[in-house]
Amino acid sequence: MAEAKERKLPAPTVSQETQAYWDAAAKGKLLVRKCTSCGQAHHYPRTICPFCFSDKTEWIEASGKGTIYSYSVMRRAPVPYAMAYVTLAEGPRMVTNIVDCDFDKLKCEQPVKLVFKPTDGGPPLPMFTPA
Amino acid sequence: MSIKGKAYIAGIYEHPTRLAKDISLAQIHAQVAKGALEDAGLTKDDVDGYFCAGDAPGLGPMSMVEYMGLKPRHVDSTDTGGSSYVLHVGHAAEAIAAGKCKVALITLAGRPRAEGMATGTVPRSRGGTPTPDEPFEFPYGPTVVNMYAMCAMRHMHEYGTTSEQLAWIKVAASHHAQHNPHALMRDVVTVEQVVNSPMISDPLHRLDCCVITDGGGAIVVVAPEIAAKLKRPKVKLIGAGEFVKTQMGGKVDLTYSGARFSGAAAFAEAGVKPADIKYASIYDSFTITVLMQLEDLGFCEKGKGGAFVSDGNLIAGTGKLPFNTDGGGLCSNHPGNRGGLTKVLEAVRQLRGEAHPAVQVKNCNLAVAHGTGGSLGLRHGSATVILERE
Repeated sequence: MAEAKERKLPAPTVSQETQAYWDAAAKGKLLVRKCTSCGQAHHYPRTICPFCFSDKTEWIEASGKGTIYSYSVMRRAPVPYAMAYVTLAEGPRMVTNIVDCDFDKLKCEQPVKLVFKPTDGGPPLPMFTPA
Repeated sequence: MSIKGKAYIAGIYEHPTRLAKDISLAQIHAQVAKGALEDAGLTKDDVDGYFCAGDAPGLGPMSMVEYMGLKPRHVDSTDTGGSSYVLHVGHAAEAIAAGKCKVALITLAGRPRAEGMATGTVPRSRGGTPTPDEPFEFPYGPTVVNMYAMCAMRHMHEYGTTSEQLAWIKVAASHHAQHNPHALMRDVVTVEQVVNSPMISDPLHRLDCCVITDGGGAIVVVAPEIAAKLKRPKVKLIGAGEFVKTQMGGKVDLTYSGARFSGAAAFAEAGVKPADIKYASIYDSFTITVLMQLEDLGFCEKGKGGAFVSDGNLIAGTGKLPFNTDGGGLCSNHPGNRGGLTKVLEAVRQLRGEAHPAVQVKNCNLAVAHGTGGSLGLRHGSATVILERE
């Protein structure tokens, strides 16, 4: 049995366009970008809507509720982890990890809730754990 | 304007090496170029179009043009990962049809094994200025294998696809690889061996993954008037399609690939149907890649890929759709982690009647070659070509 090791998460690169997203993450909030022209939310966030190309987009705070769209436990890693797409209650599906759980019991469509995990010298990452 | 019948594949070459410790990257590009030109019966000075992708050292095509002493009047270094070279065949035909070149050379080379690269299991940052997606993906640990694995997981959830069904794809490839003396893995494997091999990233096992190899290959695409003067069997391009599939702003759908669109475009241009195809070269980075592409190209209904690939249906001589008869990326070769070019090569061998006799498809007059490059689960480039024996 290999000794349990802590998984070190690299810091995301913050740009002018996404500063507010990561500032909110530091305060434990997940932001989603929503278009006021077509009414649709998207992820990852852009200032110009990828659906209708309007520049009338704004930040909304996500509820933190979602379901697992798909996942895969990366067994062949020094510390195994669960890669996932989570469908947010607000609509978009985001790349994330499922944490603090029994990897063998994960299922598609399972309800999950938002948590944050610290990174190496950067803002924390929004992740999910079974609800 | 259509490219149908406007260009022919006159020369092909696959580097025999699978471990290139003593050869440089540029050297492999030149060796495969030389091999393909000799196969066609052409010389370096006949080349007036050059195509390469991100595996070529240097900025776009420039360093390789200089190294090989080419004088192209048309170049294209479009990079859609492993599918680039399938896409280049289509682009070469477009350039030829537009009168921009007459002899187009496409090269690929890579040395991930010699360099000890952790190809599939370590998250990679591209470095430099990050792409807009990278901060929202890279810190979470996406690897090549786990992003393809998520497609497999969702396919299993929606359609009831099983690991045993995926395993049949590897089994079929291994039946073909036993006849290829250059294949990295030549042992025939069973469904049980695949599903009992170590889990890499659920639900993909070690034997669901392709090989990691060095090497390369080249293709020479020529104008009809050039093909008419050459001695090799004539392989005509009759359809081509390309597509880039993304996360669509968060409307992620992992159940299909860009093959749905690149394939439809290629079949429409060619004026043929999947049922007409005698041989299929299908990108096989993982077993799930093959299964999804077969569905998306229209060889079976969406969700029925598992049943379609089972019971040896992809094995030459016994199955209805012989695929990757060289052993493919799953067993033979995935040079530079980019398997699109070798897909075109085996399709050309089949159409010429030059595949290994044990796997040669009888009366093979129509073939498809399809590539997926990048990451099936994040964003990928799809390219399809349809080739006909004249």
